[in-house]
Amino acid sequence: MTTAINIRPVPADVPKLPLLEISNLAVGYRGSDGFQRVVHEVCLLVRPGEVVALVGESGSGKTTTAQAVIGLLAENGRVEAGAVRLNGTDIAGWSQRQLDTIRGSRISLIPQDPTSSLNPVKTIGAQVAEVLQIHRQGSRAEIDARVIELLTRVGLSQPELRAKQYPHELSGGMRQRVLIAIAIALRPALIIADEPTSALDVTVQKRILDLIDELRREYGTAVLLVTHDLGVAADRANHIVVLKGGRIQEQGPTAEVLAFPRSEYTRKLLADAPSLGKARAVPRIRSPLISGSDDAIAVESLVQDFSIGGNREVFRAVDGVSFTVKRGTTHAIVGESGSGKTTTARSIVGFQKPTSGRILVDGIDVTILRGENLRQFRKTIQLVYQNPFASLDPRQTIFQIVEEPLLNFDPLPREDRAKKVHAILERVGLPQSVLARKPRALSGGQRQRVAIARALVLDPQVLVLDEAVSALDVTVQAQILALLDELQQALGLTYLFISHDLAVVRQISDTVSVLHNGRQVDSGPVEDVFLRPGSSYTRELISAIPGQRGIGQH
Amino acid sequence: MTGLNTIGRSLLRDDADILKSPSPPSRRIVSGAAWLKVVKGLQPGLVLAWFVMAIVVLWALFPQWFTSYSATVGVARQQLRAPNAEHWLGTDALGRDLLARIIYGAGNSLSGAFVAVGVGLVVGTTLGIVAGSARGRIDGAIMRGVDVLLSIPQLLLSLSIVILLGFGILNAAIAVGVTSIASFARLARSEVVRVRASDYVEAAFGSGGTFGRVLLRHILPNSLTSVIAFAALQLGWAILTISTLGFLGYGAPPPTPEWGLLIAEGRNYIARAWWLTTVPGIVVILVVLSANRISQSFGKVTA
Repeated sequence: MTTAINIRPVPADVPKLPLLEISNLAVGYRGSDGFQRVVHEVCLLVRPGEVVALVGESGSGKTTTAQAVIGLLAENGRVEAGAVRLNGTDIAGWSQRQLDTIRGSRISLIPQDPTSSLNPVKTIGAQVAEVLQIHRQGSRAEIDARVIELLTRVGLSQPELRAKQYPHELSGGMRQRVLIAIAIALRPALIIADEPTSALDVTVQKRILDLIDELRREYGTAVLLVTHDLGVAADRANHIVVLKGGRIQEQGPTAEVLAFPRSEYTRKLLADAPSLGKARAVPRIRSPLISGSDDAIAVESLVQDFSIGGNREVFRAVDGVSFTVKRGTTHAIVGESGSGKTTTARSIVGFQKPTSGRILVDGIDVTILRGENLRQFRKTIQLVYQNPFASLDPRQTIFQIVEEPLLNFDPLPREDRAKKVHAILERVGLPQSVLARKPRALSGGQRQRVAIARALVLDPQVLVLDEAVSALDVTVQAQILALLDELQQALGLTYLFISHDLAVVRQISDTVSVLHNGRQVDSGPVEDVFLRPGSSYTRELISAIPGQRGIGQH
Repeated sequence: MTGLNTIGRSLLRDDADILKSPSPPSRRIVSGAAWLKVVKGLQPGLVLAWFVMAIVVLWALFPQWFTSYSATVGVARQQLRAPNAEHWLGTDALGRDLLARIIYGAGNSLSGAFVAVGVGLVVGTTLGIVAGSARGRIDGAIMRGVDVLLSIPQLLLSLSIVILLGFGILNAAIAVGVTSIASFARLARSEVVRVRASDYVEAAFGSGGTFGRVLLRHILPNSLTSVIAFAALQLGWAILTISTLGFLGYGAPPPTPEWGLLIAEGRNYIARAWWLTTVPGIVVILVVLSANRISQSFGKVTA
């Protein structure tokens, strides 16, 4: 190791010099209408071995700040003012070539999306070796040995095998571990982790964050953690920096920020974060069950097989799931990716025929419907997708999107349709001015409102929400959840809420089914499952909810 | 790290301002700010490409506006003159004005290219859309047919078709069009398959849309943009291929002015009259480049 910085852990009483000091940083982007400043006067310190969390919603400038540190701003971005001092040297004005000498060796980056951050045509081993080769770390044999050592270090099983595999052969969590291996390869003094776990399941997220924590303790590396999740920041960071609109709202030691938030915005973030939501002191006021014990959805031992490769081999995605949902209540299906929760939802909506089992929606057996009957059935149940960026046709205007379901069934006169569209838009809290716009001119939260409006315009009985708030910021997420709650009260809707986020589920659901590898491992009223989990898997899921450490004490 | 870095960078470099405002905006314009914005948004390369295309289209439509000479009847004792004030681009072995022949040739070459692209676009896209939306056996049958079409060398295929249909500019154009059916079909199918798999198409089915309606309302409009950009790209290629057929003698019969034929005829005099092959060649290159540039701009707008 010829790395210039000595990063041996320093005794706690020695006053630590800042490793990274950002002072009065201002960053702007050149757009079609001139130069726009997106980060204003950001100042922060990262001391050796410390975790500093940059928290904010999307568009708050947290990623831009992190990119400015490592010189990876988009081509149209520029540091306009301020200094970025690494061990006292200002690197803000450095050229890309100068930065190359410190990137990887002294500062490294764990990117956000493990699925797109690895080169699909190179083996894992070659990609880890690349950073060592660039910084000339020994002979080929030495590098190969070091790669295996690193892969072992980040907790990958069978490292020799993994080194020969390609990214698509690894799961998301494993890929993120590979990216971490690349980031720590040269034992940098500072790791910038840009939303390192946002694309991962809660349980995987916990393991990855534990790993980063462990490596930090072992190597004394400082971490600049960029996250939108205040819960993650509360668990992992020593210092929290809250950003909004490119300005620092508040910064300070984690416990202090959480216990005595000074800015209005931090208080709002704290209130909105579901994981920190103090387990809903006030129980939800349930709309009285509308018509006795009428079941809106009844699923009986649902089994769904998919053939893979040849016709012989069969993968069982859902294995004997049963539950019932009372009218006007919310049932949640929880599980990691691959647990079969989305498959279950798609069978209920009638997008695929189950292998066996029965699904009754509003008394109609979905499994035997086809053709015109199936089309008529769609009026009863509607699906809201996870990603509002993909579920709206980019070429249609908002009016056309919301109007479309009406055109599919007994056509109303034009004025009635327009009236209905206007009414539903108001219902979901969108201004009439968005009607003529295309989806791309709307924010994520607004788009999800449009998707909900489209689902509701046919007056369905049941709404299936497939991870409908997972892609949204906490504040927007809280708004959408409030909207869903309000709509349920007003219209007596039944929700089937698919989610991997137990914290959200606890907020919104009445009953819950926990799925694991296609099997239902737990079910019942939400509080029962949370307080008395019936399976070890459920317990693991609950303990993985971020934000429990910081809040537990007070 | 650098690997990631360079990828991100090269993607963004294209969109960075390669092109600054070509000329300082005039002060006399009243709505100065708005005008400035328009001028800044213009890309000189693209403007030039449209300019070239406009001129060529005008040549094709109104050749008599641009020259007073005849394209087919030569002037006695004016053979093989070098470019001069009377004949800007010189004359050929029969005393015909080269500029006039290029101008009159534009009509033949362009209409040939349009027919060729039209045949490929209509037939290929229809096949692709049918294959992509029907899936299953129909898809298999169509796409294997397309694979067979792709496996035959394009020039060989078009030569065989010309021989089957008979010589002539229209037949040459159809022959060129047939060879591009395969590419259009593949592109249209892949686009349809991509759009079909998207959430908004499923949502459209989920909200009670019938197959035909979803196809018309969502799948077609969203998959056709790249097909149209590809058609513009194919225009340049078609001009080139038709010229190749003309050069080989499979296109228009001799007295007709056609760019490929002009190059072929000039070849015999290349030592004495270099301009006879060079100038039509340059015209073909310019038009092909312009068509490519324009198609590229289509791709960018829709991306």
